[in-house]
Amino acid sequence: MSDKITNILLVGVGGQGILLAAEILSETFMLAGFDVKKSEIHGMSQRGGSVVSHVRYGKEVFSPMVPEGEGDILFGFELMESYRYLPLLKPGGTVIVNDLCIAPPAVLLGQEPYPEGLELKIQELCPDCLLVDGQNLAIQAGNARAANTVLLGAVSKRLDIEEKFWLEAIEKMVPKKALAVNLKAFALGRSLG
Amino acid sequence: MKEILSGNEAIARGAYEAGVKVACAYPGTPSTEILENTTRYQEIDSSWATNEKVALEVGIGASFVGARSLVTMKHVGVNVAADPLFTLSYTGVNGGLLLICADDPELHSSQNEQDSRNYAKFAKIPMLEPADSQECLEFTKLAYEISERHDTPVMLRTTTRISHSKSVVTLGERVATVAEPKLARNAAKFVMLPGNARGRHYVVEDRITTLSKEGCSMPINRMELRDKKIGVITAGISYQHVREALPEASVLKLGMVHPLPFDLIREFASKVDKLYVVEELDAFIEDQVKAIGIPVTGKEIISLCGELTPGRVRKAFGLPENAQGTAEKLPGRPPNMCPGCPHRGVFYTLKQLNAYVSGDIGCYTLGFMPPLSAMDTCVCMGASIGMATGAAKVLSPEERKKVVAVIGDSTFLHTGVNGLMDMVYNKGAATVIILDNRITAMTGRQENPGSGHTLMNEPTNAIDFPMLCKAIGVKNIRTINPLDLDECRKVISEEMERPETSVIITDKPCVLIKKEGVFTPGKPLAVVEDSCTGCRACLKIGCPAIEWVPSSGKKGKAKIDPLLCNGCDVCRQLCKFSAIQEAK
Repeated sequence: MSDKITNILLVGVGGQGILLAAEILSETFMLAGFDVKKSEIHGMSQRGGSVVSHVRYGKEVFSPMVPEGEGDILFGFELMESYRYLPLLKPGGTVIVNDLCIAPPAVLLGQEPYPEGLELKIQELCPDCLLVDGQNLAIQAGNARAANTVLLGAVSKRLDIEEKFWLEAIEKMVPKKALAVNLKAFALGRSLG
Repeated sequence: MKEILSGNEAIARGAYEAGVKVACAYPGTPSTEILENTTRYQEIDSSWATNEKVALEVGIGASFVGARSLVTMKHVGVNVAADPLFTLSYTGVNGGLLLICADDPELHSSQNEQDSRNYAKFAKIPMLEPADSQECLEFTKLAYEISERHDTPVMLRTTTRISHSKSVVTLGERVATVAEPKLARNAAKFVMLPGNARGRHYVVEDRITTLSKEGCSMPINRMELRDKKIGVITAGISYQHVREALPEASVLKLGMVHPLPFDLIREFASKVDKLYVVEELDAFIEDQVKAIGIPVTGKEIISLCGELTPGRVRKAFGLPENAQGTAEKLPGRPPNMCPGCPHRGVFYTLKQLNAYVSGDIGCYTLGFMPPLSAMDTCVCMGASIGMATGAAKVLSPEERKKVVAVIGDSTFLHTGVNGLMDMVYNKGAATVIILDNRITAMTGRQENPGSGHTLMNEPTNAIDFPMLCKAIGVKNIRTINPLDLDECRKVISEEMERPETSVIITDKPCVLIKKEGVFTPGKPLAVVEDSCTGCRACLKIGCPAIEWVPSSGKKGKAKIDPLLCNGCDVCRQLCKFSAIQEAK
């Protein structure tokens, strides 16, 4: 095993299932035999605040926070939040982003516009960028709320971890009644990567 | 067996493995999940107390009769618990007692970023500081050994990045050798009258000296010698950032941050060319190292404010930063009250009535945010009522009428009730609104004595707020539906006119309560496009389900997201044009 640490950032809006996706990622890496650390701030997040979760894995991980500018993958659940946290990504890093806009309070109130053309701006800054229509694929899998697992499937293709560990982690972390939909959502996402 | 656990989960596990019998807390971010996880172990009696002082007193009672007990709180909670804590330092313990205090550098969800290490020094008790989840588990177990061996309560300090970060942990078994609790009388030790306490003070001072010496050979205080040019003394999460940013540097990693192992520090200092202390918040270690005459660099390069990150440590040591900024300014995304939140109508009304709102700590502090902008003060838990009393004492009769204290159910029971007793007894005159949503919502929906369920999920006696207020001596007590704006306006304005104390209790549950039969959403509403005149009245409540679409119609129109709307009906009452109706 090399000493290299892989740094993943999950960003989006409170309530989008980011914390569960980060749990599944961490579990997968542990099952695959790595040291893993995960960090996030919650407390106010479920009330629609901006959320960022850090997941790092490798032979030995020290800080639970991805050092600024050293993210390998930015895994975004919402366009503006993905753009906001791009400075944490390393030059040439990968962006996998859900093609979804959620208006923050100032935009809801008509005081500020939601920034335009974010897809293009992200692609310009990060050529290795995959836009995912997470919402529609989740509906296709059977539940609009499974967009996080669709995205997880897309991310899984970029990481050199055997598929069986992903499936084992999903089975462990997702509630039984939602498992079938989530496995389907994961497969749909994985077919994009 | 290996598991990925958060620091909080690992502490709960450590308490289980240490044979803890009683765990008590008041919820507070980032400490809350510790007690939520001790409930996984039937062997531990876990409960939410009304406040941190009571939680510690429950822990002390269990300890005095021989059980190992765990008490948890956030940093500002230690201020509330400080009174019993300082004397507990004198009595010492019988069964081990561990107090977890979770600090919040960077104020992710707190009203200040105080450094609790000062409490350990002030109260003269040992403090451990783990640096990851594995250490959270191990240090918790070690804390009970130290507590019983040195007859002292022990504090264990975490920070948000320890409490809420997850890492791989190897689990152990619960100890089988802890003694059964039984009544043990020892008045000379446990009754702190001056005559007894004077003698105990010498015990306290000796204990700290002994522990400082013992700390030099504790494995949790360890020297990691690498390149000798730079030596860094550090602890907790700062250790991880130092290892990340300066992988070649020599490190003295402290697991016990009070008392400091001074001989070990001297030895480490003699082995390296230049000595640094890397610590978050106060110069706690640095000042003490300087006081024994060892030159050290610390706060000259590291801020007294905020949490550290690997990048901030790199910057402090003059290393290049990797972050590349995007120049563009994006709209912020602050937290907001939920769609259908029962607090929204009250804050809208208070704003309309131009009330001076003496606020408190909880979700409803978000009433401060625009467009509601209806909170004028917020200092600490329970302070709203006392502050309203003080303001009303000195204002002119006309201005006094504007003073309204707003407080949640859990916060009222925490320390607000004392303020209300004072207001009534001392003939204060202000309106107090108890926002009873039947849960401690901000920290993630914990039960409190108003909810009717214990942490162990047993049904129990729920506080009757009107009866409680009556017993205190409040004459004017009214209950309102906070989602009915006409009723809110009528009742609140009438009570504000009254030249004496009055209490208004709102009666709608938090929309996030999942327990069956407590919260039932109404039918989602929708904007009838043809009727919307673009007047923007519905935007004044700042509901996340209502969006302004500037490009629709001449002046723009409002739109309601049917997936977010909980059908609370408040926006419909604001629309003069009947443009908001039940969605078809």
